Amino acid sequence: MLIRARLENFRAGARWWLVSLPARVATLTVAFLAVVGAVIFVVAHYLLGGPPTVDFTAASSGQVNVTMQSDASSNPAVVPDHPTWVSYFIKSPATGAWVHTTLFQVPAHTRINVTILGYDGSTPVRNQVWGRVSGTIGGIAHYGKIPVRTVNGWNGPFLIQHTFAIPSLNLNVPVEAGPGTCATGPCTNNAHSTTTFSFVTPAQPGAYRWQCFVPCGLSFLYGNGGPMQTIGYMTGNMQVVS
Amino acid sequence: MAATEATVSADAQRREPNHGLRIFLIWLPVALAADLLIWFVWGPHLPPGDMSSSASSQQFDIRVMAVMAAPVMAFVLVYAGYALVVWRHREGDDEDGPPIHGNTRVSATWIGVTSVLVLSLAVFGTVELVGPAGAGAGEGNTPIWRPSGGTPLQVQVIGQQWRWTYRYPQFGGFETTSLVLPVGENVQFNVTSLDVIHSFWAYQLGVKADANPGINNVAYTKPEHTGQVEVRCAELCGLWHADMTTAGQVVSDSAFSAWASAAKIQLAALTRNLPPYSLTYDPNSIAQLGKAFQQAGLSGAGGQYYGSQYPVQP
Repeated sequence: MLIRARLENFRAGARWWLVSLPARVATLTVAFLAVVGAVIFVVAHYLLGGPPTVDFTAASSGQVNVTMQSDASSNPAVVPDHPTWVSYFIKSPATGAWVHTTLFQVPAHTRINVTILGYDGSTPVRNQVWGRVSGTIGGIAHYGKIPVRTVNGWNGPFLIQHTFAIPSLNLNVPVEAGPGTCATGPCTNNAHSTTTFSFVTPAQPGAYRWQCFVPCGLSFLYGNGGPMQTIGYMTGNMQVVS
Repeated sequence: MAATEATVSADAQRREPNHGLRIFLIWLPVALAADLLIWFVWGPHLPPGDMSSSASSQQFDIRVMAVMAAPVMAFVLVYAGYALVVWRHREGDDEDGPPIHGNTRVSATWIGVTSVLVLSLAVFGTVELVGPAGAGAGEGNTPIWRPSGGTPLQVQVIGQQWRWTYRYPQFGGFETTSLVLPVGENVQFNVTSLDVIHSFWAYQLGVKADANPGINNVAYTKPEHTGQVEVRCAELCGLWHADMTTAGQVVSDSAFSAWASAAKIQLAALTRNLPPYSLTYDPNSIAQLGKAFQQAGLSGAGGQYYGSQYPVQP
């Protein structure tokens, strides 16, 4: 009883500082909107902040031609974030322009003809198992016009600069090292290697991770940091749509 | 006045039922039912299943621990429920509860029972670790517990961001992205990594062993049923850690022999390019790799994967 009486006295005495109901409602509304806004900002930043996706689904010839290039480093005007990082670029089928991304979209159960222009020098594979072509049509890739199945990335005669691999499809293609190193990607000169191969996309739509298995993140521990860990450089997704 | 209060208190004590007995009689069927359900109904479905010797031993361990833990849990719940129902505050009852200054018999019982439970589980756990040759866990480079019988099938597990590969030294040392094992044969996994720390987790086989660069981590198992095996990485290892999965297979002995023979021939060109089979693959000790680095103008592995002229960033 004593406590209850003291509480009543306290409330009565302290009523002067209590905030009015409209003020409390307004404060709560503003706080709620601030939280919702912050959540929307974070989600939107996460969803929209990544590199663009190059769409290859418009082609209706039954086959899709995907052209990419790999560069030792990039033009800072094109890749302002990390111009010194090794990176892939994808050629837009709509505009013909090179897009700094590793995300592309292709139709399901379709033959994909890939051409990779190699503007980087040789980097030895850490594991020679990635020197073997797998998962392509016929189990082969072509260096220029020469068919290759297994490449010795340490002794040649062909050397490797990167790989294009989609692990869930057991696809792996070692990309031939270029004759020189282009440091201002995307490059357009002829001093490059040309690696071509074809594969068929799965019937199951979804995101298929692809990556380079050569630890080419120069100046990162074991060569696996930086561009190897960042979508838009040496790894990305192939989005398969039905 | 004092005599009257003492008489009332004595009467109240005489009316008080034997709560201990009542709690015990409620707890006993609950605990028994829980244990029977756990052992016979839930137990056979507990992870990781019974596909291998290590998996079935882990499942057995979890069943035993669950059976021992369930009565304890049941006692806590029954006691709490009993207290809420029987000893709750009733309207108009302002009388204090009886002063309690400890109960030697209750204290001795709970200390004795929990000590027996914990110590017996410690002994049980140790026996279960030794018996099934390490219970599928990585035992390091010099395993203490080995399976009895002949030489186990050697399978080297190599982790690399973000893929597992498997090397079979008893079949010419070919390396493949497929994990295929024969049923009914002891398997020795030699687990290592080429870069960061991974963890080889063959879920259905009940095998989990860290993959460390420069270290060989040995784990044993014996597949007892054919079927699919999910292999995952159980150590956060970078961007695509969650996607570092492969599907393995346990097949019949003859199917395994056929597969291994075919793979040996099919991968012969690749096997010629591989470094000699080794328990670890330090880039500084692979002569071919060092030479390739020099040819590429990268000046060898130099203590890191790249030379010292390329200082490592965080």
